[in-house]
Amino acid sequence: MEKTLWLGTRKGLIGVRREPDGWEINGISFRGIPVPMFLPDRRDGRLHAAIEHGHFGTKMHVSVDGGATWEEESCPAYPPKPEGVPDTICPMSQHVIPWSLKKIWALESGGADEPGVLWCGTIPGGLFRSGDGGASWTLVEGLWNRPERSGWFGGGADWPGLHSILVDPRDSRRVLVAISCGGVWETVDGGENWELLGEGLIADFMPPESVGDRNIQDVHRLDWCRDDPDQVWAQHHCGIFRSRDGARTFERVERADPSDFGFAVAVHPTRTGTAWFVPAEIDDLRVPVGDAFCAMRTTDDGATFEALRNGLPQEHAYHLVYRHALAVSDDGGTLAFGTTTGSVWISEDAGDSWTRLSAELPPVYCVRFG
Amino acid sequence: MARVDFTPNLARQTAIASREVSAETVREALEALFREFPAARGYVLDDQGATRQHVAIFVDGEAVKDRIGLSDPLDENSVVFVMQALSGG
Repeated sequence: MEKTLWLGTRKGLIGVRREPDGWEINGISFRGIPVPMFLPDRRDGRLHAAIEHGHFGTKMHVSVDGGATWEEESCPAYPPKPEGVPDTICPMSQHVIPWSLKKIWALESGGADEPGVLWCGTIPGGLFRSGDGGASWTLVEGLWNRPERSGWFGGGADWPGLHSILVDPRDSRRVLVAISCGGVWETVDGGENWELLGEGLIADFMPPESVGDRNIQDVHRLDWCRDDPDQVWAQHHCGIFRSRDGARTFERVERADPSDFGFAVAVHPTRTGTAWFVPAEIDDLRVPVGDAFCAMRTTDDGATFEALRNGLPQEHAYHLVYRHALAVSDDGGTLAFGTTTGSVWISEDAGDSWTRLSAELPPVYCVRFG
Repeated sequence: MARVDFTPNLARQTAIASREVSAETVREALEALFREFPAARGYVLDDQGATRQHVAIFVDGEAVKDRIGLSDPLDENSVVFVMQALSGG
């Protein structure tokens, strides 16, 4: 069973340990400073934290001693904008999309066979790669320079954001990324070339002729089954979608109950048909359905869903779980999520029951075991 | 020599200290500082070299006009002050 949990919050990085009597908070790093993203690299034990000073911008820090001490390391930086390259204009706001780091929104390790490789997703939509464990970063220009980028726009944030990075355990050169709102993209050569996937995703909020445009789809979070990565689940702005061919094509899952709106999805590492979600009512009512808070699980590939309420408040509850704030353990048995209202719940029985770690925390952005 | 001062909050995040520098523009003054304190650059300027959105730079009590190029001129006795603008909650 997992023994360590990390919470990236509005006011710091909070460490949580499984003690004999249960889960306990055991410390905070970067106290008072937002930590939007965090990566425990299981290959070498290093911890990478993206911290976001309100005034002084985003910085990356690394720990080699389990979070006892931290050192500032290199931060992804957009290269100077080349002379003559026109500004990219947001098709929704008609404002210039910044050519500059605004937020680190995804951090993932490369494959087991490529030590030192890290991937980083950002707002305004750029993907970065490090080949040296975060000592330096390079913008993945093969994606950033795609002409389709001029069609991307912000979803929730002002600018497009790359929030999901999946490195294929069968072939580390194959990587999927998802962008709000910029669709699902695949590279099979380590980032040189990219293909737009996501046939079948549906953006109901767009004008009728654009609902199926793959380039503007607002996948909130993309996850796959670790042991069978062709089996992909997406929590999308317009529902839950399922792919059986590695995100090339999707079908909408129609039977989510009580709601198919939300931000987070976690797929069981070994069971392709099992996935967890934390629903909200609808896109313009981002509160629990009926103010009764639940997580949601399917174990039969989306044919049916269970509302998981045991241990969660069932009245006057206004919790929302962001896209990076739901995590499942490597064995699929332990789950944790954190809310915008500062509660964290943990389940050690795959979601059947939940125990609140705390109701006193800052808004939670990111939850990870490791 | 112009002088460059900083909000103490910046000194809490990164090693930096006030210095007297020979400079004709704000950019030159900051570059002189960053040569001594390279880690401070990313706290004041963004990755494109412009003033961070929530940082403000004053020269002799007046906010600089050119937040991107930092071309505002300095004179022999100017005081450049780097402070935090208002941000967040």
